[in-house]
Amino acid sequence: MYVEWRWEWTFEILPQMLWATLNTFLAAGVGYAIAAVVGIILMLGQRTPYKIVNIVIREIVEFIRSTPLLVQLFFVYFVAPQFGIILSAWVSAMITIGLHYGTYLSEVYRGALEGVQRTQWEACKALNFSSGYTYRKIILPQAFPIAIPGMGNYLVGIFKDTPLLATIGVAELFFTANAIGAYTYRYLEPYTMVGVIFLVISLPTAFGIRRLEAAVNKAQGKFNV
Amino acid sequence: MNFFSFVFEYGPKFTSAAIITAQVFIYSSLLAVLISLIFGIMRLSKNIIIQSIATIYIEFYRGTSLIIQMFWIYYVLPLFGVPLPALLAGVLALGMNFGAYGAEVFRAGILAVPKGQWEGALALNFSKSKRMQRIIIPQIYPIILPPAANLAVELLKGTALVSLITLVDLMFVAKQINMMTWLSAQSFGLALIIYFVMARFVLVPFLRWLELLAAKKVGRGKI
Repeated sequence: MYVEWRWEWTFEILPQMLWATLNTFLAAGVGYAIAAVVGIILMLGQRTPYKIVNIVIREIVEFIRSTPLLVQLFFVYFVAPQFGIILSAWVSAMITIGLHYGTYLSEVYRGALEGVQRTQWEACKALNFSSGYTYRKIILPQAFPIAIPGMGNYLVGIFKDTPLLATIGVAELFFTANAIGAYTYRYLEPYTMVGVIFLVISLPTAFGIRRLEAAVNKAQGKFNV
Repeated sequence: MNFFSFVFEYGPKFTSAAIITAQVFIYSSLLAVLISLIFGIMRLSKNIIIQSIATIYIEFYRGTSLIIQMFWIYYVLPLFGVPLPALLAGVLALGMNFGAYGAEVFRAGILAVPKGQWEGALALNFSKSKRMQRIIIPQIYPIILPPAANLAVELLKGTALVSLITLVDLMFVAKQINMMTWLSAQSFGLALIIYFVMARFVLVPFLRWLELLAAKKVGRGKI
C-alpha cells in the first residue's frame, strides 16, 4: 500500500488551509489575551492578606495545572449546558484555554515578582510610596523583563495546543485538515501540511523569543545566564 | 444521579481505564528518558553532523504539536505500509515528543556539572565514555529531577490525547460514559479528579522522593 504525494492536490487545498490558519491565530491570540488577564487575577489571588483565600486559589491553580487540557475542554463544553448555559465551541474553548494557561502565566508572574529584589520593596516602604505607586513605578518595570521569556514560551505553547480545540468542533487548522481528509480520504497531504505550517510559524517565533530573552538579559546586565 | 452512586456504578470502568493511562504513561516516559539521554548527549557533541541531527530533531518535535505528531504516526504512516497498533503509536508519539523536551533538560543538566569535575576526570585519564558514565551522569540527577518532574506531569496530561487514536484510556471512557448517560459533570469530573490524584499524590511525591535520594547520593542531602 503505497501512497504518492500529489502536489496539485496540495495546492488545491492550500488556500483552505491558510484560511483555517487565520482561525488558529485568532484562537491562540484571544486565548492568550484571556490567559494573560486570568494569570494576573490568579497571581494576585495568591498574594492577598487572607491566608485561606491564598490557599484555596493555590489549590485551584494546582488542580488546573495538573489535569489535561483535553479533559477540561470537554468538561466546560458539556457541563455548562447541564446548568442551562449554552456555550458555543469557540466560547468554551476560549474559556478553557484562558483558564488553563492563566494558571501557567500566574506562575510566571509570581516568579517574576519574586525575582525583584527584596530591597526594592523595602526602599519603597522607607520612602513611603503607596502600594499602587510601588507596583506601577518600581516593581512592575523590573518584573516585566523577567517575565518575558516565560510569557513568550506560553504563547508558543497555546499556539501548539490549539489543534486540541478541533475535538470540540472549533474550525481551526487541524479541524479543516480532518474535514478535508474525511471527505476525500486523503490524509497524507492535509496532516503533513498542518505539521509544516506549525513548524513554519512556531520555529521563528521561538527563535525570536530566544533573541528577546538574550536582549533582556543583556539590558539587565546579566550576561551568559 | 448523585456523584457517589455514579462513582459506585462506573468506578470499575474508570479504574481499568486509569490502568491503561498509567501504562501509556510508564512506557512513554521510559522511551522519553532514553531519547532525551541520547539526544541530550548528541547535542553536546563536538561533531557538527551529530550535533545538528540532534538540534533538528529537538526543534522539529518542539515546533509542532503533539496531537499532530500522534495523528501523523497513527493515520499517515499506515499509508506508507507501516501500520502501527494504537498503543505503540501513542507511546511512540508521546515518547518522541517529550524526549525532545527532555533532551534540553539533560543538556542543561550536563552543562551544570561543575567544570572541576570534567577536569578532574581528564586529569585521572578517564576515557570519554567512562567520564560520562562514572563522573558526569551520576551528578546530574539532582539538577535535572526538578524540571523533569514538571515534564512528567506534562507527559501524564499528554496521555489524554491517546483517546483520540482509539485507545481506551481515562479520557476515552469518560467520553463514552458521557455519550451513554449524558452525565457530563460526573464523568468528566471524575476523570479530572483521577488525573489530579495521579499527578499530585502519586507522580509528584515519587519524583520528589527520587530527588531527595539523588541529592543524598551525591552528598547534598538535606538542602
